[in-house]
Amino acid sequence: MHSHLLMMALFAFFVSLVFAVLAKDTPREQARLGGVMFAGFMLVGLVVSWLMYPFPLR
Amino acid sequence: MSPAPATTAEKSQPGGLVLLCLAAWAIPGIGHIWLGRRAKGFVFLIALPLMFAIGLALHGRLFSFDTSDVLTPLEAAAQLGIGVTYFLAGPIGAGKGDVRAITYEYGISFLIVAGLLNLLVVIDAYDIALGRK
Repeated sequence: MHSHLLMMALFAFFVSLVFAVLAKDTPREQARLGGVMFAGFMLVGLVVSWLMYPFPLR
Repeated sequence: MSPAPATTAEKSQPGGLVLLCLAAWAIPGIGHIWLGRRAKGFVFLIALPLMFAIGLALHGRLFSFDTSDVLTPLEAAAQLGIGVTYFLAGPIGAGKGDVRAITYEYGISFLIVAGLLNLLVVIDAYDIALGRK
């Protein structure tokens, strides 16, 4: 598995899942919070990666 | 027959609380299952060891408490948060880490965060036992 996007998505999924299950009690609330958190992780990750794009690697 | 959830008296006893926290740390989700929050407990029981296993599969390294570097003991402490799984990884040859692997840093991140999330789960179980949640 060498896809950076897939690894980021996996990481975001697990962290969102655990936080949502910890913070909320009903499945509906958990799904809502988890979905919002997962989308937030992915969105921020993509935005930050594009912000870093112009910077040189070395 | 499944075991009954811990009673209020059991939960409020200091010895019971220590045992609960130790069990919750050793096996992710067991604290919640013990307290009757089975659905939550099973999610943690599956998700956290799986996250830790993915970290090992990504060639992440398990750190030891080597004090020659400032950050290494902190990383080891965070990874130790996953409980018994941390000690099982060594004997099966996992967690040596491969710095040449492109996924090395990702693996370490998975291992550290899985441990830290389990510590949050332990704190949540403690709060439930005290009746705060």
